[in-house]
Amino acid sequence: MLVALDKETLLGDLHKEYPTHNGHRNEVSPGGGIIYDAALRLKPEDIGRPDVNLYPIPYMDILVGALKEAGHDKELSKYQVMTNTVAFGASVALIDYDFDTVANTIREGFAGRKAALGELNVKAARHGYDYMKETFPDGFAYKLHSVPSKEKRMVIRGVQAVGIAKFKAGCGLQTYYPITPATDESEYLESRQKEHNIVVVQTEDEISAFLMATGAAHAGVRAATSTSGPGFSLMAEGLGWAGITEAPGPVVILYQRTGPSTGLPTRTEQGDLQFVIHAGHGEFPRMVFAPGDVVECFHDTFEAFNYAERFQMPVVVLADKYLASSYRTVPILDTGGLRVERGQILTESDLASRSAYRRYELTPLGVSPRTVPGTRGGIFHTTGDEHDELGHITENSENRVKMMQKRMRKLQLAGEYIPDSKKVNFLGPQEADVTLVSWGSTKGPLIDGMQDLEGDAIRCNFLQVRCMSPFPSELVAKYLSRAKRKVLVENNYSGQLGALIREHTGIAMDYKVLKYNGRPFSQNEVYEGVKEATQNGLREVVMAHA
Amino acid sequence: MLELKDYRTKVHNDWCPGCGDFGILNAVQMALFELKLEPHEVAIFSGIGCSGKTPHFVQTYGFHTLHGRVLPIATGAKLANQALTVVAVGGDGDGYGIGAGHFVNTGRRNLDFTYVVHNNGVYGLTKGQASPTLPKGVKTKSMPAPAIVEGINPLATAISAGYTFVARSYALDVRHLKEILKAAILHKGSALVDVLQTCPTYNDINTKEWYAGADLPTKAPRLYRLEETGYDGVVKNPADSNEVNQKKAQAIVRSFEWGERVAIGLFYKIDEPTFEDMLANRMPAYKEVPLAKQDLYHRDVTPLFEALT
Repeated sequence: MLVALDKETLLGDLHKEYPTHNGHRNEVSPGGGIIYDAALRLKPEDIGRPDVNLYPIPYMDILVGALKEAGHDKELSKYQVMTNTVAFGASVALIDYDFDTVANTIREGFAGRKAALGELNVKAARHGYDYMKETFPDGFAYKLHSVPSKEKRMVIRGVQAVGIAKFKAGCGLQTYYPITPATDESEYLESRQKEHNIVVVQTEDEISAFLMATGAAHAGVRAATSTSGPGFSLMAEGLGWAGITEAPGPVVILYQRTGPSTGLPTRTEQGDLQFVIHAGHGEFPRMVFAPGDVVECFHDTFEAFNYAERFQMPVVVLADKYLASSYRTVPILDTGGLRVERGQILTESDLASRSAYRRYELTPLGVSPRTVPGTRGGIFHTTGDEHDELGHITENSENRVKMMQKRMRKLQLAGEYIPDSKKVNFLGPQEADVTLVSWGSTKGPLIDGMQDLEGDAIRCNFLQVRCMSPFPSELVAKYLSRAKRKVLVENNYSGQLGALIREHTGIAMDYKVLKYNGRPFSQNEVYEGVKEATQNGLREVVMAHA
Repeated sequence: MLELKDYRTKVHNDWCPGCGDFGILNAVQMALFELKLEPHEVAIFSGIGCSGKTPHFVQTYGFHTLHGRVLPIATGAKLANQALTVVAVGGDGDGYGIGAGHFVNTGRRNLDFTYVVHNNGVYGLTKGQASPTLPKGVKTKSMPAPAIVEGINPLATAISAGYTFVARSYALDVRHLKEILKAAILHKGSALVDVLQTCPTYNDINTKEWYAGADLPTKAPRLYRLEETGYDGVVKNPADSNEVNQKKAQAIVRSFEWGERVAIGLFYKIDEPTFEDMLANRMPAYKEVPLAKQDLYHRDVTPLFEALT
């Protein structure tokens, strides 16, 4: 259903000198509906969608009626913005949803001093609702009724899932520089600072945000920062320092948006995967996880802190704008099985029984026990120069080789430690006609689209790669080697996961379904794209629904 | 009993013979020793450059960081553990050039720490290019031509940015520098100590002899001590904005004095709430126990979930 408040929403702005879109009327599915302002005096042929139901209603007249009833009809100019509430009420009537629920939701948005305004909005919605019920009594083919549920459910966004995971994991310091869409997460944390004792610092730039968190991690506090692509570009320098100094963090949440540069700053994309894997000069270990939904956002963020401390390296959680900002309804998460694992930290008494402490001791597994500044007997030095076991600068060639191998071995160790269930998800039957391969927030539309493909008797399964570094080569190869037709679905131009899979396993995708217009995949795009690619033998299909 | 040698490492020092950095290193070690700070309760951070190697020579927790980035890392560590004595060191290119954004914004926070800048007017480690403090028109020996841009005034910048302790000293006057450093470390708030440092290899203008006034007709030393002239940079009543402004203005005017007379000493000092104090206002527990020692690992997040139902 499209609710159009103005003509441009409906028909686009192609008449303007710099048009931005050609109207949303074309996006409505056949059998859908369009609510629009009767005052526009449009004929059905102006809209040009004989296959959808049209509901012209006089927004302003209805609003005047509502204001009259409340004694505010002399203040139309002040309240005319409330035509949106009228239209909202009308849409609620059309799908036959419970008006009381809607009224209470409106009231929640106007709590306290604005309560009177809330009531006025409820009235406006009610008038829109009643008008629609009277004028179009036959309603609409699609209804929305609340479903009774025994379990408590939350309405949660990615930024909140990540924020709560940070509290649960014991994060003590969060840094950030304002950027869409990451800032909401930091503000969420700061708003609960008093109860949970978390320091939130708005820094002068993302270089500082990353390094302040790294300094805190070295000093014994779990630390994190959140950003988007432009900010992460600035963090690349710090990432290398965290890598070579084997900092136990930070955890970086990167909410990707459409790049490069400022790109489409409020829209989504999966364009930063290869960048995150390779960011920073030289070679050093980092872990990268890409959650596919809000629940995975929570769990991947929680575990990221464990990994950062256990393996002493920066960990990036790669989400995106779509995951960050869209609401999902999920049951309250079970956190019973979650455990904080801080890795090997030596205390004063541990150190008392040791000879001289060596921060970068060469150990068989690559991880050296660390100390926290302030610990007697635990003094260490560290540097972004190549260093010896004591953390002092050396250009000794043999030492260089040993230290490189030590640091990189930790990534291998991490790969052995992370459970398969956190590396990939495999959904659907073992045997299928088509194997979909994707990552991150495309998970949702993909699962929905699979059902549509099944409806056409195309059997599908889905490999979702979640751990990007260390790359789960064997696991991915196992699933893909028995796949018949492999279709890569990614929200970017080049198919970055496809390249990563080929790099690590030698396995190439048969088809690519891509989308890079700043919008997330829709269910029907997955269906159409996969069908078009596999049935017409197109190696690459680009989807572009707005 | 702690001895001075307990603050020294055995790491080989490869600074050039006669480098002013030796004086700064000695003064740092002596200041820590005389303040009786336990080595494990101190963390020294540095940027990149000749001065960047300083932590390797001091037996405390030592972080040799990135070019221009010493302040964010030091800030993070201090916020994580307020009980640490945090000293950051860096060069003038490091702090006033590539790290200028951090230099200004760190001052705004008034974190309780000390920042020591080795100010020699050149990029020594990369063989003598002009640094941000080199005055316009000056040409040191490896520069092809004199500088055509103005040098920055670190003290005036620091006062404008919000540093609450702003001082200048001289690398070859170790006793003076040591006393300034002790006062800076004891000061509750962000302290900038700009240290005029000779670079015998690349700065052939501002040499030891230059500071001693050997080129002047009077042969009188250029450097003089502020406190010997009756100058008082300490704000007595921080609530009195007239006094604060007057002291700031006086310090800024004095900081621009450069040529035949160059002042060293405490230019400006004020007691203001630190960043840690401000955070503790929001989170009472922050004041009591350093974050690194708090148990943050058993938070009950159920109410956060419930709030979303």
